[in-house]
Amino acid sequence: MALTNLANPARFLTFANRVIPWLGGVTVIVFAFGLDLAIRAPDDYQQGATVKIMYLHVPSAWLGMLCWGVMTIAALGTLVWRHPLADVAAKAAAPIGAAFTLLCLVTGSLWGRPEWGTYWVWDARLTSELILFLLYLGVIALWRAVEDPSRAARAAAILTLVGAIDLPIIKFSVDWWNTLHQGASVFRLGGPTIYPTILIPLLVMAVAFTLLFVTLHLAAMRNEILRRRVRTLRLLQASASS
Amino acid sequence: MNLEHIDHLPFIVGSYAAASIVVAGLIAWVTLDWRAQRRALADLEMRGVARRSAEPRGQLPLEEAKGGA
Repeated sequence: MALTNLANPARFLTFANRVIPWLGGVTVIVFAFGLDLAIRAPDDYQQGATVKIMYLHVPSAWLGMLCWGVMTIAALGTLVWRHPLADVAAKAAAPIGAAFTLLCLVTGSLWGRPEWGTYWVWDARLTSELILFLLYLGVIALWRAVEDPSRAARAAAILTLVGAIDLPIIKFSVDWWNTLHQGASVFRLGGPTIYPTILIPLLVMAVAFTLLFVTLHLAAMRNEILRRRVRTLRLLQASASS
Repeated sequence: MNLEHIDHLPFIVGSYAAASIVVAGLIAWVTLDWRAQRRALADLEMRGVARRSAEPRGQLPLEEAKGGA
């Protein structure tokens, strides 16, 4: 099936129905492998066992940003190309991104207390991540506030494009400002600064979280297409009875 | 592994518990929503409500996916 064929929602539903069970199965296997590696990984020489929080915190932070990136591309699809599935993809992604960003903030707080002596500090990285979470809530609220999905899609797409400014701010906040949060240690010009026995479980967990996101996103898109089909039928029913 | 000797164990357990709750919540959300939408569709179809484009079953017009009626 050509990728462009998926622009047709009915074909997308067929594709999603076929792929979701397999993706779910692979996600479970990779998660089991990643958690096993994470449990057996050595403690950090400075942080001790609290480094195990990193295997949740870092992937959820990546996904919070990746999800907004997906929504940004979908927003362009809505506003520029008027792709039939673009706003379906954007609407379905928002609650998933919000959940991963919240998980990033919670695990970051629980990691910060033993390492920094505080659950929260208003430094640039933490504040920009909190702003991302609030942006997610804003987009979800917009979708719920506007009844017509086409109008809601355009409004949410504009907010998404404006909110995308926060992504480079989050990424480079540790370079641009003096923050309590540590600098980049995986994706940096000089290569990762993490020892492989800790880095490999982290990367496997990142793959597991990404697979989980893809599975959940496809499932949520499938639900959204059905919701619109139900809405259309209810409107037809209402117009027929009036 | 002696759990008593792990530093800051409540913070580690709390993090993994939070992740479990978030992931379980997301899975429950998509699963329950999927069932609810399928039930609503089945209910409408049982009452004889059909889309204008319903002749080739399963073919959803593009306007519908854009949210139009």
